[in-house]
Amino acid sequence: MSIFSDVPQAPPVAVFKLTADFREDSHPQKVNLGVGAYRTDDSQPWVLPVVKKVERLIVEDDSLNHEYLPILGLPEFRSASSKVALGDDSPAIKENRVGGVQALGGTGALRIGAEFLRRWYNGTNNTATPVYVSAPTWENHNAVFADAGFKDIRPYHYWDAAKRGLDLAGLLDDLEKAPEHSIFVLHACAHNPTGTDPTQEEWKKIAEIMKRRKLFVFFDSAYQGFASGSLEKDAWAIRFFVSEGFELFVAQSFSKNFGLYNERVGNLTVVAQDNENLTRILSQMEKIVRTTWSNPPSQGARIVSKTLNCPELFAEWKGNVKTMADRVLLMRDQLKSKLQALGTPGTWDHITQQIGMFSFTGLNPKQVEYMIKEKHVYLMASGRINMCGLTTKNIDYVAQSIHEAVTKVQ
Amino acid sequence: HEDLRSSMFPDLVGMHYSWWGGVQMGPPDPILGVTEAFKRDTNPKKMNLGVGAYRDDQGKPFVLSCVRKAEALIAAKQLDKEYLPIGGLGEFTKACAQLALGADNEVLKSGRSITVQTISGTGSLRIGANFLSRFHGGPRDVYLPKPSWGNHTPIFRDAGMQLKAYRYYDPSTCGFDFKGALDDISKIPEQSVILLHACAHNPTGVDPKPEQWKEIADLVKKRNLLVFFDMAYQGFASGDIDRDAWSVRYFIEQGHNIVLSQSFAKNMGLYGERVGGFTVVCNDADEAKRVESQLKILIRPIYSNPPMNGARIATTILNTPDLRSLWLEEVHGMANRIIKMREQLVAGLKKEGSTHNWQHVIDQIGMFCFTGLKPEQVERLTKEFSVYMTKDGRISMAGVSSGNVGYLAHGIHAVTK
Repeated sequence: MSIFSDVPQAPPVAVFKLTADFREDSHPQKVNLGVGAYRTDDSQPWVLPVVKKVERLIVEDDSLNHEYLPILGLPEFRSASSKVALGDDSPAIKENRVGGVQALGGTGALRIGAEFLRRWYNGTNNTATPVYVSAPTWENHNAVFADAGFKDIRPYHYWDAAKRGLDLAGLLDDLEKAPEHSIFVLHACAHNPTGTDPTQEEWKKIAEIMKRRKLFVFFDSAYQGFASGSLEKDAWAIRFFVSEGFELFVAQSFSKNFGLYNERVGNLTVVAQDNENLTRILSQMEKIVRTTWSNPPSQGARIVSKTLNCPELFAEWKGNVKTMADRVLLMRDQLKSKLQALGTPGTWDHITQQIGMFSFTGLNPKQVEYMIKEKHVYLMASGRINMCGLTTKNIDYVAQSIHEAVTKVQ
Repeated sequence: HEDLRSSMFPDLVGMHYSWWGGVQMGPPDPILGVTEAFKRDTNPKKMNLGVGAYRDDQGKPFVLSCVRKAEALIAAKQLDKEYLPIGGLGEFTKACAQLALGADNEVLKSGRSITVQTISGTGSLRIGANFLSRFHGGPRDVYLPKPSWGNHTPIFRDAGMQLKAYRYYDPSTCGFDFKGALDDISKIPEQSVILLHACAHNPTGVDPKPEQWKEIADLVKKRNLLVFFDMAYQGFASGDIDRDAWSVRYFIEQGHNIVLSQSFAKNMGLYGERVGGFTVVCNDADEAKRVESQLKILIRPIYSNPPMNGARIATTILNTPDLRSLWLEEVHGMANRIIKMREQLVAGLKKEGSTHNWQHVIDQIGMFCFTGLKPEQVERLTKEFSVYMTKDGRISMAGVSSGNVGYLAHGIHAVTK
């Protein structure tokens, strides 16, 4: 009798299952609009030219070895990452109250932050502190906080399906009604999966309530630079909240904006009230890291660090990021135009109003099923598409498929 | 204390005091603390015998040639950077399992095991601990050898397990307390988890002999215990990868469905790349599939999927015949240098005139040596000779070189005569 005979089969993670199904499909016109990874106009993964350059430098550098990084990660990486999020002239950085924890991707940064909050926020080991995530949100947010021990994870209003935009009133209402000290996971820009971000005025309203009601700000920043093409613009919300005096966390990912998906490069930026608090916080972060992965992987951090800390490479990187952002903007523009030209029922302004890699098309599950089964166009059941999956070669087919789905399937 | 704050400062809106006032300063890591102190020391003869990272005979970090060659091969391939699957690089997990179990192991042929790529040994232990915490129907207790690697306890604790111990190290012989171990193991409640170091026990360097392993395996089976092997030094202990994995393979042969953590930090020198594996041996392929699905559910909310670089290097080495041969040579070389240093240290102590029995220094195996030094002696060794080690008397032999072994012998003799 096995000790594991009662282990049930777990459902596969949807987004990876989608890609697996796509791979098995032999249809010549198949399109994968699932997983959130950038693709070129030839539907190929793109290793950023600056990354190739820096990797060569690293391989050729005989002085480099494979020794352990410190528990909190590569120091030059941590400081440069926090700087990218908060800005070169950030007063918080100047006041020495900003620290970073190198983590395994954005996921790792979220998890370390969540583990810390569960242990040390709102009392000690207070698993009852409510954690609010947007409705909808990245599907892994829930599990990250649940597995960190939080027992009460709730949605906050975010996506208004009827108007296909931000449900600001609902959001603000949830903020007003949330118990004090609740944790809110905010998407810094390019909301996943809706692509719908608050405007600057809307962010100000959100901040006002959060300050007044003592709610904790946990930013998830996975697309800085990738959304608008501008690092500064995409970090506006983070910087605004910092300027308003919040102590906050930012889980940063360099998976998308550096195209370093499989090297797991992330950083948890901690903005504390002062250096003394920061020191204690980081000492506890070390304890959490030590029992999770001991110390983080060095390759990806080296690449990002070298790039961010060298002016020419930094400029080249910004150019690469803009290339990606611009292609996405172009695809948004073209998809909208084509749907409008086809006379596809409904309004399609949201395609160009939304920002970043994803778009919430508004297709319902039946229509999604049609897209997949009949047209071999793979997208998430929520109607989310990855704009990067669109190319000048397949966009007509995709627009036509959406048109059919909307007109034939209710 | 939140209420106290609000009553003391009723007008504050949360911005004038910090959320983190109650966060205590965490204690410094004892092992890494040794390195910190070492760095501050200005004595030119100082020695760092703390952290377990291999050093060459010049005291420098050693990047294996097979690693450099593998890196060049990989660079030439111009691979993309797409996400790995949650369970890691398929070629890696296959090669990793084969290395541990032997390529012709029945377990691998029948498909009744699952191996996932992990964040080196720590990540593997943590995933394993999380898996047991969630799915193990038996007692919450994990039995560690006394002593064990310092990080084992907090890893299992953070995963929600409880820690107990079985006797292991005998300070009177600086060797294995075989009778004590059997005695303690015979009393462990059924279905509890027992952690065993596959080879090169950390921190003592004391390993059971094969006949002793056999008796342990027998007793563990009688007690119906779940075996968790930690193998962080395969190849590094004796210089022979098959010899070092013998205990793991024997237990499996005897019918134990073990779980196993592997690290490539030391044996491939891939420390900072974080390369490891976690294996669960199941009853059949169906069970293995179910276990795999649950491991993924555990992994996804920690780091989504593992890092590519180190796994690619390890796979290239394991699967490219001449790189694999080169690796086996280099691992052998590292193990040999350690063994030589052990011999030279004992010879040096004899030369200094020490009358103590230092045989254990040669009998112990792997990176670490439990010298038998008491805390006061360790303190003197550090203060008077700038030799840095952990308070328990553990030294990392990797930090010893032909250039400084004489000085070390001199210092140890001075504090023990």
